[in-house]
Amino acid sequence: MIRKHLPFATIAVLALVAAPLLLEPFRLSLLAKYLCYAIVALGIGLAWGQGGMLTLGQGVFFGLGGYSMAMYLKLAEGGGLPDFMVWSGVEELPALWTPFANPVFALGMAVLGPVAIAVVLGTLVFRQRVRGAYFAILTQALAAAMVILLVGQQGLTGGTNGMTNFFDLFGADLAADSTQRGLYLVVAGVLGVLYLATRQLVNSRFGRLLVAVRDGEDRVRFLGYNPATVKTVTFAASAGMAGLAGALFVPVVGIISPALLGVVPSLELVVAVAVGGRHALAGAVLGAVLMGYAKTAFSEQFADGWLYLQGALFILVMTLAPKGIAGILGRWRSARAT
Amino acid sequence: MLELRDVRVVFDGFHALDGVDLTVPEGELRFLIGPNGAGKTTLIDVITGLTRPAAGTVTFDGHDLVGRKEHRIVRLGVGRTFQTSVVFEELSVVENLDLAACFRRPLWSLARRRKGVSQAVEEALTRTGLEELADRSAGVLSHGQRQWLELGMLLAQRPRLLLLDEPVAGMSREERERTGELLTQIAADHTVIVVEHDMEFLRRHASKVTVLHEGKVLVEGSVEQVSADPRVQEVYLGRKPSDAVGK
Repeated sequence: MIRKHLPFATIAVLALVAAPLLLEPFRLSLLAKYLCYAIVALGIGLAWGQGGMLTLGQGVFFGLGGYSMAMYLKLAEGGGLPDFMVWSGVEELPALWTPFANPVFALGMAVLGPVAIAVVLGTLVFRQRVRGAYFAILTQALAAAMVILLVGQQGLTGGTNGMTNFFDLFGADLAADSTQRGLYLVVAGVLGVLYLATRQLVNSRFGRLLVAVRDGEDRVRFLGYNPATVKTVTFAASAGMAGLAGALFVPVVGIISPALLGVVPSLELVVAVAVGGRHALAGAVLGAVLMGYAKTAFSEQFADGWLYLQGALFILVMTLAPKGIAGILGRWRSARAT
Repeated sequence: MLELRDVRVVFDGFHALDGVDLTVPEGELRFLIGPNGAGKTTLIDVITGLTRPAAGTVTFDGHDLVGRKEHRIVRLGVGRTFQTSVVFEELSVVENLDLAACFRRPLWSLARRRKGVSQAVEEALTRTGLEELADRSAGVLSHGQRQWLELGMLLAQRPRLLLLDEPVAGMSREERERTGELLTQIAADHTVIVVEHDMEFLRRHASKVTVLHEGKVLVEGSVEQVSADPRVQEVYLGRKPSDAVGK
């Protein structure tokens, strides 16, 4: 029992105690950002690794969460219309914005909005037995469409620039180190709880059913289950996680814009999950944190080199170690055991 | 219990089933034979919802099956196996059986971990003799064992009507005998339809046989009646059916 939970407990202590004490505030904020991505990656690990649904549009859900939160933050500042609306010549607060002044509504929408969209999309798509590459293309198109929609509605969304200049959250100064440390702890805590919950789900009968749907959807029908329902539920869960991650991301990083949620960022996360190991939830989380860290480190040194390195890494993993880092570690561990 | 009336299936102008009538009363063990392309598997596909007939009715226990989704037909109590047995290789034998046994439960109740082995699964394990392999992954099973696991999964579903598509195809002699025993056991308290090519197996285990030919029912009757029928002999290339399909 203790041995089984030891790895998770060690990492939890490192993340919740050691990191805030040892890392300087700037690095801690960066780590918080990676952990936000890790929450999205966890959802991808569930949907893709366990359920076989290659979703290339998690940015959409991440963005919905992010924009919900950003709208709340903008309205909570007070002082009339949000800055970008003034610049775009909007004179009155759009009706769509009004309910987002309520933090509970904004946070609720950040999670339930993505869930609702995933349920509708999943119901339509999975019932028609759309899957594999077609599903992947569809979700990618959704990410592209989302960007066009956001850029086009300048007065409502801030257009290409998105929204930034957030000053406080629930009365706390967002620029203060203590607030950022608090935010980091919240993100790490949320990730930990979601990880445990997802692991529980994967180990449950539902998790077995999900694997069965992944490996033999048609056979599952003859076991009396509707694969479309199983897939929709899973897809919705992963969407909700991405939405929550987006909502946490905005106060941590201080900006949300179409560039953060389009096709490329959505793909980057899928690559991160593949590198970390999509069949293991821990692999997905690890991949997101490592790739986030690597991106920062490399971009600091050689600005454009990262894209090539990322591509090369993806190809390398796909050809040499399809199970990613988690697969390599697993092999190494079983080799040592014998 | 199961009734098909004037069922027609057309694939690109080819009449796979050309007006089939079939009645299988409760508790019967019915064998379905016929040369390749006679429409045996298509018939099973129609009953289980995999293929939609162009015309005709299929009723099971008073329910119209045509147009119903596959999993809904399973929920009515109709289960099937496939020619090429499909089991979930990444799951263990017990997990495969457990999934088969759980489909009547609401989905949310599956979010909990499996604790122990349910009675239906236990029974399926003993009947198929897979107890010792219970915790092995289904991917390591031999061909015969996979077929038994599929049968076991079918049993764990506790269906009322079982449709078996070539349950002994590719099996060794001993495996065939074991499957035969299993079939006899199953037939004792279920209604079963078996599609089979193996004439020896047929003669040992069949009581009532329906012969399909070119999408139509050619003859129906006991094994003796059917093998004595000149039309059946003609269909099997003018030879005795036993020579033609005995292999």
